[in-house]
Amino acid sequence: MFDAKTAKKLVEVRDLKMHFPIRSGLLRRVTGAVKAVDGVSFDIFEGETLGLVGESGCGKSTCGRAVLRLYEPTSGSIKLDGEEIATAPFDKLRRLRPKMQMVFQDPQASLNPRMTVAGIIGEPLMEHTKLSEKERLDRIYQLMDAVGLNRDFANRYPHEFSGGQRQRIGIARALALNPKFIVCDEPIAALDVSIQAQVVNLLEELQDEFGLTYLFISHDLSMVRHIADRVAVMYLGKVVELGARDVLYDAPLHPYTEALLSAVPEPDPVSHDEANRIILQGDVPSPANPPQGCNFCTRCPKVMAICRQIDPEFREVKPGRFVACHLYNETRPETAGNAAQPTEA
Amino acid sequence: MPDGATPFVLDVKDLKTVFRTRGGEVHAVNNVSFTLKPGELLGVVGESGSGKSVTMMSLIRLLPMPPAEIRGGSVMFEGQDLARVPEDTMRAIRGARIGMVFQDPMTSLNPVFTVGYQITEPLRTHMGLNKAQAADRAVELLELVGIPDARRRLDDYPHQFSGGMRQRVMIAIALACDPKVLIADEPTTALDVTIQAQILELIKELRQKLGMAIVWITHDLGVIAGIADRVMVMYGGQVVEQAPVRELFANPQHPYTRMLLETVPHIRGERQQKLRVIQGQPPILSKAPESCPFRARCPQAFDRCARENPARHDVGPSHDAACFWDFKAGAPRNV
Ligand SMILES: Nc1ncnc2c1ncn2[C@@H]1O[C@H](COP(=O)(O)OP(=O)(O)O)[C@@H](O)[C@H]1O
Ligand SMILES: Nc1ncnc2c1ncn2[C@@H]1O[C@H](COP(=O)(O)OP(=O)(O)O)[C@@H](O)[C@H]1O
Ligand code: SF4
Ligand SMILES: [Mg+2]
Ligand SMILES: [Mg+2]
Repeated sequence: MFDAKTAKKLVEVRDLKMHFPIRSGLLRRVTGAVKAVDGVSFDIFEGETLGLVGESGCGKSTCGRAVLRLYEPTSGSIKLDGEEIATAPFDKLRRLRPKMQMVFQDPQASLNPRMTVAGIIGEPLMEHTKLSEKERLDRIYQLMDAVGLNRDFANRYPHEFSGGQRQRIGIARALALNPKFIVCDEPIAALDVSIQAQVVNLLEELQDEFGLTYLFISHDLSMVRHIADRVAVMYLGKVVELGARDVLYDAPLHPYTEALLSAVPEPDPVSHDEANRIILQGDVPSPANPPQGCNFCTRCPKVMAICRQIDPEFREVKPGRFVACHLYNETRPETAGNAAQPTEA
Repeated sequence: MPDGATPFVLDVKDLKTVFRTRGGEVHAVNNVSFTLKPGELLGVVGESGSGKSVTMMSLIRLLPMPPAEIRGGSVMFEGQDLARVPEDTMRAIRGARIGMVFQDPMTSLNPVFTVGYQITEPLRTHMGLNKAQAADRAVELLELVGIPDARRRLDDYPHQFSGGMRQRVMIAIALACDPKVLIADEPTTALDVTIQAQILELIKELRQKLGMAIVWITHDLGVIAGIADRVMVMYGGQVVEQAPVRELFANPQHPYTRMLLETVPHIRGERQQKLRVIQGQPPILSKAPESCPFRARCPQAFDRCARENPARHDVGPSHDAACFWDFKAGAPRNV
């Protein structure tokens, strides 16, 4: 089992920003920016799963892609195994590519429909290794075994498979080059409840077998509680809280984490009767025009005057426990609060 | 109770819907029966393709026919069988006496008309209100569903609303003609959890104020646990279990329901080390099932399950399950 005290840092992300330009007018001049990821910092230890949660549009996918340098980050630093990725030149990046892979949400859209399963899984081997045809086929079979796909299906096409099996093909492909680090971007979101557990268990087994490190992106907070060792919560382009799974779920510090967790309906009618749900008012602001001060100040039930002026710093408030919120500054003024009502559900 | 009256606002019996496609038939709904009492919220759960939407679309006849064909069954609503009434009667009921809310408000709202037009339209055609009356009622409805600054927003187009606000607009339209039954098909599935929590809260409020009966379709057991009075579980186009909500969660009697409840992780309480897996895939519905549709994935399956399709049996008060295995006896059921 993973232990943060003894583990080494595999991924180190510092003040990562990924802004997309907004162009308008006839000359398509840049008139603003979507601050999809706006200064996030975190580490991922070797062999662990870091869960990345938050509501749609908060920047999870952009963060995952920027970390793998599938985008050119606006600024910041990303290190994999001590090597800088954010600014690495093409050659170095190509050398590092095999170490870091991605599994996508929609197995349908991410697999080439005109390639066979063997072709899809073998493609990264063609590109990055000098294996003979025979060696490559052996490796493909090995990977199919590892993800629980029948070898007899090697010459079939993606559309002949169910969603769960297609996700297995995507995972086999991601494993082909023996990566150390895999970004899983909503890998189970498109799957049925009864199939999700199959894929999650497979990811866990593969992690144990090959010593993989995961960034597991999901909006499913219950599933992240199951799979992650530590969890980062994003809101409007920023990580607002990060901590070990159990403390974060049992005693969230950031008011957004608290509200988010309390909004998840439990599959248990009795718990609903007892729930003291925090219902946030309003919607998430646009990342092109975030509010002044704390990004959460427009919806925060515990908002204070300072929150509308100064963006709170993302700080380690207890060992391993990070939060960006003025409530956890040394001196804490009285709370005023937005009109969020805790309701008897 | 007067003669011929029933305690149900909706009474569906043996509904059967088949799609005739180039690849052959799809038996999407197989002998589905259920009832709805006044003011009751019936939750319908099941994984995608289990027949939830097609069941509800069949009873209000909103399916493209062909390829869809309703092969049998009756749908009693306010003294008439909706499976047999002429289309213009159906049109007068749909969207008026029976309101509908769907998963994606963007596809059910018309992008080129203002929200105000889309709410007042059914008020004028179904309720015969004039323009000013309809506008007043529209404002009332938007306020009812929690849209701030309602009168001014009548002139806005759907894209000017956020996802959560659009779903509120859909609910306002569905409620416009004071329906007796509201059919909500995955209305919060496309929304974020904090917005879903707002909508669920709204529905609870509206039920208290208006008292209509609701059929709520979802694949999310958490949502069902929070709002349903009674739950119907569907699998492979059939109802496999039906019970009051607490009974269903505390005492599930169909192997599929039991496994489904064990396979979902929880946000609070004890955390399981390994998720329970339901092996295999849902069935292909190319013909009317002659055996239990869950058989291939069922740990309890025995020889009889391959020979016959189990009917729904009473397994407790207001609780039935379609399975040959008796968990209480730990043996095959004696039927
Ligand atoms: N290629 C892009 N160009 C412009 N804006 C983008 C691009 N990709 C994402 N965005 C915007 O960035 C924000 C974050 O998006 P995303 O990372 O996809 O969020 P999440 O994965 O959390 O749902 C959103 O507002 C989205 O519209
Ligand atoms: N227009 C159609 N043509 C052919 N098959 C269809 C059509 N609509 C639905 N089906 C089939 O009917 C079955 C039930 O679908 P549906 O009721 O939409 O499931 P659910 O709502 O439970 O996800 C599925 O097998 C689906 O593929
Ligand atoms: S009837 Fe048989 S196969 Fe079907 S659920 Fe019951 S025990 Fe399992
Ligand atoms: Mg995403
Ligand atoms: Mg459906």
